[in-house]
Amino acid sequence: MAFAAFGSAPAKEHKTPTKSGKIVLALLMPGLVYLGLFFFTPLMSLIVTSLEVPAASGAIGEYEYGFAWQNYVTVVTDYMPQILRSFYYATVATLIALLFSYPLAYFIGVKLRSRPMLQRMMLVLVIAPFFISFLLRTIAWKQIFSDGGAIMQFVYSTGLMSTSDHFLGTDAAVIFGLTYNFIPFMTLPLFTTLERFDVRLLEAGSDLYASPAAVFRKVTLPLSMPGIISGTLLVFIPIAGDYVNASQNFLGSSKTSMIGTMVDADFLQTQDYPLASALSVLLMAVIVVLVSVYVRRSGTDDLL
Amino acid sequence: MAIDFKPSGADLELVNVRKDFPGFTALQDMDLHIPAGEFFALLGPSGCGKTTTLRIVAGLEEPTAGQVLIGGKDVTASKPHERPVNTVFQSYALFPHMTILENVAFGLRQRKIEEPVKKAMDALNLVELGYAAERRPQQLSGGQQQRVALARALVNRPALLLLDEPLGALDLKLRRQMQIELKAIQMEVGLTFLHVTHDQEEAMDMADTVAVMNKGHIEQMGAPEALYERPKTAFVSKFLGQSNLFVGSIVDSSASSLSIEVGGHKITVPKDRAEKQTGKICIGVRPEKTTFHRTKPNLGSDHVVVGPGEITDIRFTGVSNQYLIDIPNVGDVTVFAQNVGISPVIELGENVWVSWKVEHSFGLSDLPVGNEDE
Repeated sequence: MAFAAFGSAPAKEHKTPTKSGKIVLALLMPGLVYLGLFFFTPLMSLIVTSLEVPAASGAIGEYEYGFAWQNYVTVVTDYMPQILRSFYYATVATLIALLFSYPLAYFIGVKLRSRPMLQRMMLVLVIAPFFISFLLRTIAWKQIFSDGGAIMQFVYSTGLMSTSDHFLGTDAAVIFGLTYNFIPFMTLPLFTTLERFDVRLLEAGSDLYASPAAVFRKVTLPLSMPGIISGTLLVFIPIAGDYVNASQNFLGSSKTSMIGTMVDADFLQTQDYPLASALSVLLMAVIVVLVSVYVRRSGTDDLL
Repeated sequence: MAIDFKPSGADLELVNVRKDFPGFTALQDMDLHIPAGEFFALLGPSGCGKTTTLRIVAGLEEPTAGQVLIGGKDVTASKPHERPVNTVFQSYALFPHMTILENVAFGLRQRKIEEPVKKAMDALNLVELGYAAERRPQQLSGGQQQRVALARALVNRPALLLLDEPLGALDLKLRRQMQIELKAIQMEVGLTFLHVTHDQEEAMDMADTVAVMNKGHIEQMGAPEALYERPKTAFVSKFLGQSNLFVGSIVDSSASSLSIEVGGHKITVPKDRAEKQTGKICIGVRPEKTTFHRTKPNLGSDHVVVGPGEITDIRFTGVSNQYLIDIPNVGDVTVFAQNVGISPVIELGENVWVSWKVEHSFGLSDLPVGNEDE
């Protein structure tokens, strides 16, 4: 069949599936092996650990295999406030990030289209904070918002807050930190969506009797949905599991601990591996459920 | 058809409209009146200001000076969504996240008109796309999208429908078909159409009145036949069809005609067909009005004869043959001969004379580019 090499279409059609099947498998192999080793195995290990019981010896940090599903009951009852707080913080921070990012992304992606140089510079500015470790940046915010810092001194002088009150350690401080740290993950997907937005549709909308507000609601916003969905997911998911901002060492206090803070404490301080694992698995399960419902309801199933 | 359109649209008036962009003037003091119910075409090359005119009427562009009146009402300060105008955009600009039906119903819903879906469906049926109502714009061909854009504009029964080169992206066959449909729809609904195009055939074929634009102003305006028979400027005579132009000083003037001398030949134009009657003028004739002769023809003073000249090019275009004849001291003259089998068989290099009736000459008000300063 030497002629097949010259592209006889029917002959190819019969051969292609099996051949490409093997090639596809070969191409997928590295990825599949990677996922198996570094995603599936640890996940299984985590689930197994979450069901372990304390060792018979009673030594701290020693556990043996078991099927202690009660671990899950314990985390739900013990950590309910932290679980609720995590999702509350994540929701509020995601919404604030969206409100700040949308106009910014629209400005960079649509208004700056005619000036590509400026557009690129603005994008670099959006991701510029990533060049510095986010631990350092969060510490820096702690300094800025400390009671002796210029901002708090000014607030105290206006009498809005009494000197016995502090900003650090409050819900607002943690939400601020979370929003600040994750906002580029909202801006970038919004930008990529809005960058391709056809502004001629705005003219078509206003030509068809829609006021600027109506054009935004009926044309711009629906067409930005892919960016909004991916942005909110990219921000919400890591925030729900964040353990840095809410920690007492950074912007939080004992009253702001989140799921991540508790996992951190259980794993590294009390060495209660089963409880930490159960909390992690629970967090993952809740996020998967929330995200599926969210994506389904927003009508962008193809993201899943 | 099913849609109950108002009997006619409104008239449009532009008063001294001017538009400056940084660095150049797109429109210079344009005055225009389009009577209600007319199919009006703005014709011109790209960059002549025709699209700017349309965008100013739609409200998408603000004039630097002047007024826009629709149905006698000054709308210069109105926002696009407040004007009784709809546009069929060159890019169609259909909303990709909506079905065809929702696209068409968009304007109706914005104005809270009753039964938007039923009316949108009627409009889709008018453009014979009722079967595609639930599809998305991306699933339609260019021609179908164009018809959706037309339905989306028409369904609102605007006082004035603006067409921004909507047929530009279509292939020739579909384009001709859409031209016929568009004209039929306009006759049926009786709306005022303002059609912007650079395709002279399209403009002449569809419009009641054509305005030829050049460099931000209207060169000439009138019925297509009148524009073609009596172009008044060199630009119009070349942009609308082809012309043979001859420039010379007036050497003879009678009660009814003027003559110029070009390369030893006398070229005559009736006085009532000459825009300029003194000094150096330009006389033109359409190539299809001319004939050639192998021997010097003996014609009366009601004919113009030039020649002899050598045939330097012959083009067969199907319905006619186009001959290019180089006449010494005069230049190239183009002759179209109908391909009806009675014209003489002629070869490249032969020497011929060209003639036409004086009544087919036209005299321009200006001189072709390059002849102004001589």
